[in-house]
Amino acid sequence: MPDSTSPTHDREYGFKTRAIHAGNIPDAVSGARALPIYQSSAFVFDDTADAAARFALQKYGNIYSRLANPTVAAFEERVASLEGGLGAVATASGLGAEFITFASLAGAGDHIVSAASLYGGSVTQLDVTLRRFGVDTTFVTGTDPKDYDAVITDQTKLIFAESITNPSGDIADLEGLAEVAHSHHLPLIIDSTVATPYLNRPIEWGADVVIHSATKFLGGHGTTLGGVVVESGRFHWANERFPLFDTEVAHYGGLNWHGNFGEYAFLTRLRAEQLRDIGPALAPHSAWLLAQGVETLPYRMQAHVDNARAVAQWLDADPRIEFVNWAGLPNHPHFERATRYFPKGPGSVFSFGVKGGRPAGQTFIESVNLASHLANIGDAKTLVIHPASTTHAQLSEQQLLDAGVLPGLVRISVGIEDIEDIIDDLDQALTAASKGE
Amino acid sequence: MATDTLETVQLSNGLTCDIPSSSPLAKLLKSQRTWVGPSAKERMSILQKAKTVAIVGASPNVTRSSYFVATYLDQSSDYELFFVNPMADEILGQKVYKSLADLPVVPDIVDVFRKGSDIPAVIDEVLAIGAKTIWVQLGIWNEEAAVYGESKGLTVVMDRCIKIEHARFHGGLHLLGFDTGQITARKVLR
Repeated sequence: MPDSTSPTHDREYGFKTRAIHAGNIPDAVSGARALPIYQSSAFVFDDTADAAARFALQKYGNIYSRLANPTVAAFEERVASLEGGLGAVATASGLGAEFITFASLAGAGDHIVSAASLYGGSVTQLDVTLRRFGVDTTFVTGTDPKDYDAVITDQTKLIFAESITNPSGDIADLEGLAEVAHSHHLPLIIDSTVATPYLNRPIEWGADVVIHSATKFLGGHGTTLGGVVVESGRFHWANERFPLFDTEVAHYGGLNWHGNFGEYAFLTRLRAEQLRDIGPALAPHSAWLLAQGVETLPYRMQAHVDNARAVAQWLDADPRIEFVNWAGLPNHPHFERATRYFPKGPGSVFSFGVKGGRPAGQTFIESVNLASHLANIGDAKTLVIHPASTTHAQLSEQQLLDAGVLPGLVRISVGIEDIEDIIDDLDQALTAASKGE
Repeated sequence: MATDTLETVQLSNGLTCDIPSSSPLAKLLKSQRTWVGPSAKERMSILQKAKTVAIVGASPNVTRSSYFVATYLDQSSDYELFFVNPMADEILGQKVYKSLADLPVVPDIVDVFRKGSDIPAVIDEVLAIGAKTIWVQLGIWNEEAAVYGESKGLTVVMDRCIKIEHARFHGGLHLLGFDTGQITARKVLR
């Protein structure tokens, strides 16, 4: 008789299978096939010995939903599986995921090396809040790994970049950055929000930590905020740059993260220290919505990149358009890199310039009918925005240029509507925009 | 395009799979090690068949990994545990035995917290009492010893934590967001 607890094969299931099944085994008591929503702040202990062992991290068990929650765990395991990571820690937002990661590795007096071309909220987290906490970030313009290598100091704790930048559409040289990072015993941390694991898995190219705003393509429907940190389990954290991983931890009874948890040290500490102390936990209901979204990730992402390709090619051929920053076009400076790292296509978020500069761009934005004018990306719906006056409004002129944002630039997140309808809408809005010239 | 040979690699979730040896993932997972050890399915089978576990090198020090493992197995599994350490008297309220030879039973698994160079001697003690499986803990590696143990008919698991592997198949790892590699539409006892 087959044992009901044993897998039938020692098999690595395919991406589409894992998108649906990873992290959600039918509930042992009720048999519920869909993921149950454990809307509970806390969880009962068996007895005092059980409680003590859970608090001391000597055994696994739920305590309080700020630290772990079964519905959230399903989402975490699903994303970890798709990224090829050891595990994941979910958070209330993508910026929450970035903050707990930076806070776990850098403190006052420490240094971060980051790409300059980042989502505006990530720039301000590093440049305003973390700088005020004494963490200095050097922003590197461009994607040449040598430029990142040149600014690393003895205090540097990590290299951070986006795999596809938003909105400039640049592609990170993941292998080159990993080589630079590892030669200094530093982790490479990649924000892969725009890519998703369907298009690129940074861990396969040498990244050590992958961060997502799950609000975007992972959830996929523009309903739910969330973030997630995935770690490879391969980085040797017990090196001289990270003494906290290899010292006695007084608040956990003298354990040693590296000594007690080995490859599990980073994620265990991220949950047991940073999520515990900072508190940006993902809500169970949000985790359920995001996990449901991930089930269709491969199909949605394929439709997103197919539509993005059609829109980018159509715009590129249109005389009313000045430029198109989609690395899937042969005239983009990162076309070859995109072909290598993103064989299915470099995402569906990119920017273009409407001829006529800032006023034409604004008229275009105010003339679209199907595309939604809002500050988000990664919805099933097509979205457009004018970054210079919204997402990147807090940045100085120099920071804007560093981030690749020109004043008249329009960002589009191509949705999965009928491609003919998307192009028809853009066409009529461009007609309106060019009348003003 | 040149035809590519397949290589068996071990993924971070503990599963193994065949991928083209020229792929970036294969390069990243390439190991200098020649000894691989039991697959995830085989490790699960070892854990499910066992009823008794002896922990050699068990420590009463609450910060030691062996104490974490003992606490976890004591509270989260049905194993009958036996602690072995000539320098200790009591762990988790239980008697500690001076050697494997002193145990009142032949344990199904001998779990070992000793340095790599001690493993061959422990293997001889395991063989002497007639136990069938030696489980050498995470962070301990002695490839010659593993080959020697297998040549004597032992099942050898090495550089793996029995707590983590048990938790992988019984829901503990899942609860903390780790990839267990478990995909099934059947109910599993968490």
